[in-house]
Amino acid sequence: MEIGLGHYLTVAAILFVTGVFGIFMNRKNIITILMSVELILLSVNINMVAFSAFLGDLVGQVFALFILTVAAAEAAIGLAILVVFFRNRGSIAVDDVNTMKG
Amino acid sequence: MMPDMLSSSLQIAAPELILAIGAMILLMIGVFMGEKSAQTITGLSVAVIIIAALWLILVTPLGVGFGGSFVLDPFARFMKILVLIGSAAAVIMSVGFAESERFNRFEFPVLVLLSTTGMMMMVSAGDMIALYLGLELQSLAIYVLAAINRDSVRSTEAGLKYFVLGALSSGMLLYGASMVYGFTGHIEFTQIAAVAAESGRSVGLIVGLVFVLAGLAFKISAVPFHMWTPDVYEGAPTPITAFLAGAPKIAAMALLTRFTVQGFEPLSDQWQQVIVFISIASMAFGAFAAIGQHNIKRLMAYSSIAHMGYALVGLAAANTEGVRGVLIYMTVYLMMTLGTFAVILAMRRRDGMVEEIDDLSGLSQTNPMMALFLTVMMLSLAGLPPLAGFIGKYFVFMAAVHAGLWPLAIIGVLASVVGLFYYLRIVKTMWFDEPAEAFVPMAIELRAVLWVTGLVVFPVYIFVSGPIFAAAEAAAKTFF
Repeated sequence: MEIGLGHYLTVAAILFVTGVFGIFMNRKNIITILMSVELILLSVNINMVAFSAFLGDLVGQVFALFILTVAAAEAAIGLAILVVFFRNRGSIAVDDVNTMKG
Repeated sequence: MMPDMLSSSLQIAAPELILAIGAMILLMIGVFMGEKSAQTITGLSVAVIIIAALWLILVTPLGVGFGGSFVLDPFARFMKILVLIGSAAAVIMSVGFAESERFNRFEFPVLVLLSTTGMMMMVSAGDMIALYLGLELQSLAIYVLAAINRDSVRSTEAGLKYFVLGALSSGMLLYGASMVYGFTGHIEFTQIAAVAAESGRSVGLIVGLVFVLAGLAFKISAVPFHMWTPDVYEGAPTPITAFLAGAPKIAAMALLTRFTVQGFEPLSDQWQQVIVFISIASMAFGAFAAIGQHNIKRLMAYSSIAHMGYALVGLAAANTEGVRGVLIYMTVYLMMTLGTFAVILAMRRRDGMVEEIDDLSGLSQTNPMMALFLTVMMLSLAGLPPLAGFIGKYFVFMAAVHAGLWPLAIIGVLASVVGLFYYLRIVKTMWFDEPAEAFVPMAIELRAVLWVTGLVVFPVYIFVSGPIFAAAEAAAKTFF
């Protein structure tokens, strides 16, 4: 069977939905949320590269490189904030992020 | 790229370059001089913002740079001036707070400068790569700012919540951008509009459009993507909340306007429905959820959700009049927000900052000037004539009515009435309740910001409204 654009988009869509569910369904650990965020960004990259290849247009791949760069910065900042939060709260459980409500 | 094209692009992007280079130099000064340089850097960063603003107004030519990625049109210039005013005021208002709360972090003004650079890029974005990079530069700096008080659970929790939800929203925005790219083959807004006009709507394009709108709605904190707003406003240190409530909202609103009106003009009947929905939801939610609040920063969060809903009423009209309404509304919103936060930052007793509404009780007897100004701000936020807030609401609602969106305008007016209740509750607390312990005298820079914004809200705007409306009109015409 020939692997076409639709297959790539399906994989990306499944990864994207997995990432979104990972953020909302996960009740345990904030590290899992960071992993889900990465999953979302990588699914977008699959989309970008697949479209780029099938359109014969390089812009999508350039976009994917920018996304990779920003994703790295975002992960660094996310982990840094997580570390300061852990120092103050002594926990990184999702249920413990609850000082403010209402 | 040809050398002369590069130089003309650099000229167009000069204000951003000034901000970026200024931020890097100030960062170096801070690194080598240590914490004691915080005051100097705060002053210098205000100077950098003012230089960038003057350069933008006096020197920078209008035009398109970097092959269409970077656009400086009257609309972008109008919004950029607002963004720079918001950032400069937020930095100025942090001076007294830094002194009394031992908040000597030179990173604060540097991060504000970087974030402002991101916002200026957002306002000028001509394609989706510039849109994404500007948005991320702005957001990443703000995630750190929200968590900057790293010894406080509330501040770090605010940063963490903002980061997680912000990253999710960027993910959705990107997924939408990838769909739009895939189904049109372009990332420049003008070319997307051309393809959309030619081929009509396809499902993939609509899906992409909705995902991008969801991501941008998150950045302006419109319902149903508002859940981060109250917690971040409450948890972040107050000068950062003052920054967060002003400039980023304006930049995100500018981006949303440009994306919908310029990039998806041929599909306006599609995105109009989405905008009408989030506008109604934001106005109603902001009005009702604020009623039960007792923390004034949290109340301002719900208030800002409602105000984004009102501004979106103008965007829903999708014509020159509507975009002009959005511009005027954002101008007025910025003034009212800065003035209110000047008062919130002045809510300090001997033993530290307070932020409960009850702490304001009897303010008219202990500090009549502050009470008077806060009353003007609250009534203006509620939209009572003859204050500036009324003019903002009038223009967006009239635009909606002329575009045939009667129900939207009526719901907006009803939501304002509900909103009036909780603004008046603060006024009542200040004027009719038993006086609480007096606040320490207001710092000079807060007084300056409060006087300027207070006088703009009433009565100066009456005299300057002519030129501002003309500028807003010219800015709105760039899209049509």
